[in-house]
Amino acid sequence: MNVLKKIFNFYYQGFRSMTLGKTLWLIILIKLFIMFAILKIFFFPNFLSSKADGENEKANYIISEMEKRTNK
Amino acid sequence: MEDLILWSRAQFALTAIYHWLFVPLTLGLGVIIGIMETAYYRSGKEQWKQITKFWMKIFGINFAIGVATGIILEFQFGTNWSNYSWFVGDIFGAPLAIEGILAFFMESTFIAIMFFGWNKVSKGFHLASTWLTVFGASISALWILVANGWMQYPIGMTFNPDTVRNEMTDFWAVALSPIAINKFFHTVTSCWVVGSAACIGISSWFLLKNRHTEMAKKSIMIAAPFGIIGILLTIYTGDGSAYQVAQKQPMKLAAMEGLYQGTTKAPLVAVGILNPHEKVMNNEAKPLSFEIKIPYILSFLGYRDVNAFVPGINDLLKGGYPTQDGSTPLSAKQKMESGTLAVKALSEYKLAKRENNTYVQEKSLQTLKANYSNFGYGFIKDESQLVPNVALTFYAFRFMVIFGSAFLLLFSLLTYFNFKKISYERYRWLLYSGIIGIPVAYLVSQSGWIVAEVGRQPWVIQDLMPTFSAVSSLEASSVITTFVIFCVLFTVLLIAELSIMFKQIKKGF
Repeated sequence: MNVLKKIFNFYYQGFRSMTLGKTLWLIILIKLFIMFAILKIFFFPNFLSSKADGENEKANYIISEMEKRTNK
Repeated sequence: MEDLILWSRAQFALTAIYHWLFVPLTLGLGVIIGIMETAYYRSGKEQWKQITKFWMKIFGINFAIGVATGIILEFQFGTNWSNYSWFVGDIFGAPLAIEGILAFFMESTFIAIMFFGWNKVSKGFHLASTWLTVFGASISALWILVANGWMQYPIGMTFNPDTVRNEMTDFWAVALSPIAINKFFHTVTSCWVVGSAACIGISSWFLLKNRHTEMAKKSIMIAAPFGIIGILLTIYTGDGSAYQVAQKQPMKLAAMEGLYQGTTKAPLVAVGILNPHEKVMNNEAKPLSFEIKIPYILSFLGYRDVNAFVPGINDLLKGGYPTQDGSTPLSAKQKMESGTLAVKALSEYKLAKRENNTYVQEKSLQTLKANYSNFGYGFIKDESQLVPNVALTFYAFRFMVIFGSAFLLLFSLLTYFNFKKISYERYRWLLYSGIIGIPVAYLVSQSGWIVAEVGRQPWVIQDLMPTFSAVSSLEASSVITTFVIFCVLFTVLLIAELSIMFKQIKKGF
């Protein structure tokens, strides 16, 4: 328990005493928010899951896509 | 379809190039910080601690802005390249998962001690944390490069026609692939060059401004010899890369050299200008309108034999050229026929399975297995699609080699000056060269990736999957939209990084 408290205090004091780090963390958090809460959800869905359910259907979908693009 | 492929590739390239602005400095400057802190640990001199802390701040800014930029590439795999993502199965996933776990546990744990731990943990523990952060970052790079190496030279897997996925059968064959290992060392050591160039460039600026001169000189004292080690190892591993490319991706080598007609005793084009009128299968035009060649070197670099035949683009398309092992390579047309058989056999297998026709299943499976090594050629409609962008590959390769080698001269001069105790300030051109070296080092580093990735086109997975079968059936307009969003986001983040970094540099040590 004492060790956990020491680790907590280490991080707590580290974050509290940051100067430049606060700006950098703000940038990191904004960036992660844009990436995961906006880009991933609205612009980068799992394409294959939107076309087929289950492993077998997905495999069949991939084959049908490949067949469309063959050289014959 | 062409627009979709073009924009999907452009978006991936944009993200990868942006991501690669941060990685080399993290890997290169990290080692330099480790050496500086080791000097502090051994000497106990406060000045070394101050120097270490300054460069650690630059490292931290770069790390913070760059962190997670690679994840955007993974978003694109799932959306823009879903056929590819499915087809590669766990082979791509396993190294990336290892990378993610290592990056999280090693980098994020020890980087906290690196920044928060001054005067809170012992000097030895802090030093160990710094080195473990650097080591963790490099190991992360290893797994990404293992995944990339597999795309360039797919081994250690079998294709499962039921799931339409490649399944890993030999983890160590994938992890220890000669392409991946060579790529790892070439990439990491080239990052050392970028780190050294950045450290020297910023220190040169301080010397030109006559500020913090002692600390700037001490920084150069570490960065310049480290840079020499970096560039020598980069050259050595670059030679290994050329050898691997000659064996596994001869079309890339031909594009790098602008070589259309193969030859024995092939020379290396040291400097050259491509003839823009040269086309595939055109035997009339001269490929290079200007060239300075070094005799025999290409044969030697590619095959370790000055008399070896190096196939050109036309030979690779026509096939039947002489090889080291005496085999007769297939022509592009033969490979396309074989690939068509493989793709057709896969469709027949799936249909036969649905109809429970075991005889056709077995027969089509045999055809698929026999032709699987050419599977990707089944999507090639015209053999000219097999030729990468020769001009971009050719010039990027020359830029990388010529300007990359120039760093050996710069680092050697700086090391010599330091060794002879000659004042850098008297040679302002040298200091200006150091500053110019920063953007040049980044361009050289990016050029290396252009050679590696543009040179292997059209393949996403060598011989098994071209870009046009890997891309998802999206609307091109949606890819253009996200491309524009990325342009804006990356520009804003880059401006933020540079302004914070410049402000920090101006503050000084």
